[in-house]
Amino acid sequence: MKPAPFRYHAPKTIEEAVATLAAVAPEDGRVLAGGQSLVPIMAFRLARPAHLVDINGVTALARLAVDGDKLSIGACVRHAAFHKPVVDGPLGALLSKVVRHIAHYPIRTRGTFCGSVAHADPASEWCLVAAALGAEMVARSAKGTRTIPATDFFRGIMTTALREDELLTEVRLPILPADTRCGFYEFNRRAGDFALGMALVTYRVAKGVISEPRVALGGIEAQPRRIAEAEQALVGRAPNREAFVAAATAASAAVDPLEDAVTSAEYRRDLAGTVTRRALEQAAA
Amino acid sequence: MTEKCELTLTINGRRHDIRIDPRRTLVDAIRDDCGQTGTHIGCEHGVCGACTILLDGEPVRSCLMFAVQAEGRAIRTVEGLAKGDVLHPLQQAFIDNHGLQCGFCTPGFLMLATGVLEREPDISDEDLLDVLSSNLCRCTGYANIIKAVHAARDQMKASSGAR
Repeated sequence: MKPAPFRYHAPKTIEEAVATLAAVAPEDGRVLAGGQSLVPIMAFRLARPAHLVDINGVTALARLAVDGDKLSIGACVRHAAFHKPVVDGPLGALLSKVVRHIAHYPIRTRGTFCGSVAHADPASEWCLVAAALGAEMVARSAKGTRTIPATDFFRGIMTTALREDELLTEVRLPILPADTRCGFYEFNRRAGDFALGMALVTYRVAKGVISEPRVALGGIEAQPRRIAEAEQALVGRAPNREAFVAAATAASAAVDPLEDAVTSAEYRRDLAGTVTRRALEQAAA
Repeated sequence: MTEKCELTLTINGRRHDIRIDPRRTLVDAIRDDCGQTGTHIGCEHGVCGACTILLDGEPVRSCLMFAVQAEGRAIRTVEGLAKGDVLHPLQQAFIDNHGLQCGFCTPGFLMLATGVLEREPDISDEDLLDVLSSNLCRCTGYANIIKAVHAARDQMKASSGAR
């Protein structure tokens, strides 16, 4: 089908964008970034925004840079920017691994990192990255700017802490220490499909045992999150199969899985354990 | 009510002045307003890839963009591949390797592969497989499409090396 009519706005600066958004948000005005989720939703008439604020012409939002110990990803940075590592070390390598799981190549040339985070699909790889690594979301409106931690940001299926007049201008990821071990494992039935379940894990090894573990799951629950029970099962243990199985079992027990017409909660609970273990094994390899 | 926009789309180097609603998708504008019907419309929600075109050299789904967003950008479609009567190496490879039957998905596959091979002439078989998984074909079973793109990659590399 064809999208319903809307008024089109193409601001050139962030100030202009948030001023326009403030004016049109009460009439269901939406931000258009890559459009790889919004446009299909409009084609299905699941969304009929009266206004679109297209931020693709705001050059300041295309910024991708290291600021101190953070990687700053502007609202117009496309998925494809991450195909090659954007920073040296484990963070750049991790992002280039994860990006290959996001839809398909021609979607990645257009869709954006921040758009994916703002859309907050439970199966979004970038939302999992943001939750796992403790990203900071920078939200700007005509009234000012605030920084929202990942633990506060994701509120449910396609629901975030962003207010309707706020533009997610930037996501900041922590640069990972050089000795950080990372693993990412996603399960779906065909390449490029939405994830049925995925895990992102990182840890460091000090004196032969695991320290600072992060275990996060996406696609399993309504929003991605770190699983404290699985992390506790890893701390202070040698990075071996017994520890990984213990973490996987803990993850499986801790989740409150989504259920849909083709995938039961029981299946997703089992999958939570499997993807956790495989991600951990990958990190150790 | 929404206002109509006047804009110019540049398709295969030729300018098209059109007047459209902002909700007009790029693929509809290319076909209906500019008369370039080589680009096909399949699913209209970004899944099938039949409408894949090149936008400033990058493969994109033209059903997932609005035409107003493409002003000032270089659009390339299947009509721009052949040089007169001489087919593009990818077009010839699709014929030689039986990479098409009904031809509905072919323009999308050709533009996807063109964009990727121009950017990454040395792309590995594995990465090419990942790229080609973007588009759907209901006739060929994909094996011959993959064979055709491999053949075109090797030929394009050989001929660029010979120059």
